[in-house]
Amino acid sequence: MTNKRNSFRILADKLSGKVFLTFAVIACSLILLILAGLSFKSYPLLKHVSLFKVIGSSIWAPADGKFGLLPFILSTFLITILATVFAVPVCLLASTYIVEYASNTVRNLIMPVVDILAGIPSVIFGIWGVLVLVPFVSFLGKTFNIATEGYSILAAALVLAVMVFPVLINIFTEVLRTVPNDLRDSALSLGATKWETISKVIYRKAAAGLFAAVILGFSRALGETIAVLMVVGNSPLIPKSIFGMGYPIPALIANNYGEMMSIPMYDAALMTAALILFIIILLFNAAGRLVLIKLEKN
Amino acid sequence: MSEKSIIQVKNLSVSYGNHQVLKNLSIDIPDNKLTAIIGPSGCGKTTLFKTFNRLIDDTDGIKVSGEVLVNGENIYGKDIEITHIRKKMGLLNQRPTPLPMSIFDNVAFGMRLQGLKDKKELAAKVEHYLRLASLWDELKDRLHAPAAALSIGQQQRLCLARGLAVEPEIILGDEPTSALDPISTQHIEQKFKELKEDYTIIMVTHILRQARRLADYIVFMYLGEIIEHGPTDEIFNNPQQKLTQDYVKGVFN
Repeated sequence: MTNKRNSFRILADKLSGKVFLTFAVIACSLILLILAGLSFKSYPLLKHVSLFKVIGSSIWAPADGKFGLLPFILSTFLITILATVFAVPVCLLASTYIVEYASNTVRNLIMPVVDILAGIPSVIFGIWGVLVLVPFVSFLGKTFNIATEGYSILAAALVLAVMVFPVLINIFTEVLRTVPNDLRDSALSLGATKWETISKVIYRKAAAGLFAAVILGFSRALGETIAVLMVVGNSPLIPKSIFGMGYPIPALIANNYGEMMSIPMYDAALMTAALILFIIILLFNAAGRLVLIKLEKN
Repeated sequence: MSEKSIIQVKNLSVSYGNHQVLKNLSIDIPDNKLTAIIGPSGCGKTTLFKTFNRLIDDTDGIKVSGEVLVNGENIYGKDIEITHIRKKMGLLNQRPTPLPMSIFDNVAFGMRLQGLKDKKELAAKVEHYLRLASLWDELKDRLHAPAAALSIGQQQRLCLARGLAVEPEIILGDEPTSALDPISTQHIEQKFKELKEDYTIIMVTHILRQARRLADYIVFMYLGEIIEHGPTDEIFNNPQQKLTQDYVKGVFN
């Protein structure tokens, strides 16, 4: 009996590693499967037009068989970059306050609020965008005499910025908290003020982690769909200014997939857009990782 | 006390929330001597130590009452500028804490904060303080390498050089050799022996033999109180209190 039990234990032990490996491989190969699936589905279009032509062309006229994706790619980048530019400074300063200045009591009040923000469904952010941000952008337009409908790249970037707040604040505070207190003490004891300690030592020490947080926030923003779609105007033209309308890739896919499938190649064009979004995110993450490795070395 | 004292602690109490860590301490720390604060873990030696340069201020929920006079000036007084207090004291932590920058920038950090910009002067001073910490010969060819790449022992000497560069009067060492190997420990101890000619050194240590080797003056603490203090000889060879006697004999820890 004991022997049987023992041999079972050993067998289980031998198997466990292999089973885990299988699941790890499955998880990782999902990326390849998605990539393969998207490539396969976009092939009907890419057979006729090269990928570079699709990326480089700005004419989106599905009825005429013209599927230029440049306006969508530009919208996606503009909105995401703008959102990151808005969100990073706000979140960095907020996190600095939470970690370096706030008392425990205040910190314990703020962090749950940040978590609630993270739990709000994106459609609610979208509604808030329509009700508050779109009128706000119109108001800005009127005040500064800029033509705008309110539905704009700017409104989308603002919604997105608010949506990445919780991600950024959570990771920023985690990262800042990992900086050892002795390091703070050392800088202070050299005669540095608190702000000098934070800006010259703590941010520097935390640079790699802070950067990783920005990448995560950026990636999250790249793929965000519903809230952006509701405030961005969805006009398939190259955006003229941040007050103009845009049409990012996720919105394009969400608005049109499953509809107008009678138009030849439409399906393949949307899949090409998805493929491009996927590649952008992959490249972005890879580049981010390279920078991170470089930062960590210093 | 007949000798001149550089730090005078008067009726100092410190508490975190309801827990009183230091109970109404008064003591004079002698000038130009090496004073070691000894005592078992949790006796409040690090807390006492942190009141000297007011690093204790940053602890959440801390209450400090009483006075700490440095050169006769109460550093808990109303119009005191903290950075001015702190740069009078160089700090060495338990583990070396190189700033996340190059070796050169580490040493230059405090001087730059004080407004020294002239490159030649800065370079000369960095060299001077690296020599003072016996690091110059080892490091002169890689001053712009990141400080984190140094060995732990070198890092601790770099921290010493960095602290000396702000021209403090007092060097504070919080168990400064506890993370170091024997040879690096010897380096630091040797430095302390040399530096006590020109500086007042106050160190917290767990290692009784180290206190005996290095210190001129010993402060023995237990459960937030100073049990006994006096010249090293007296504390080790002729302690007045039973507790001190037991502790220096290693009867309890």
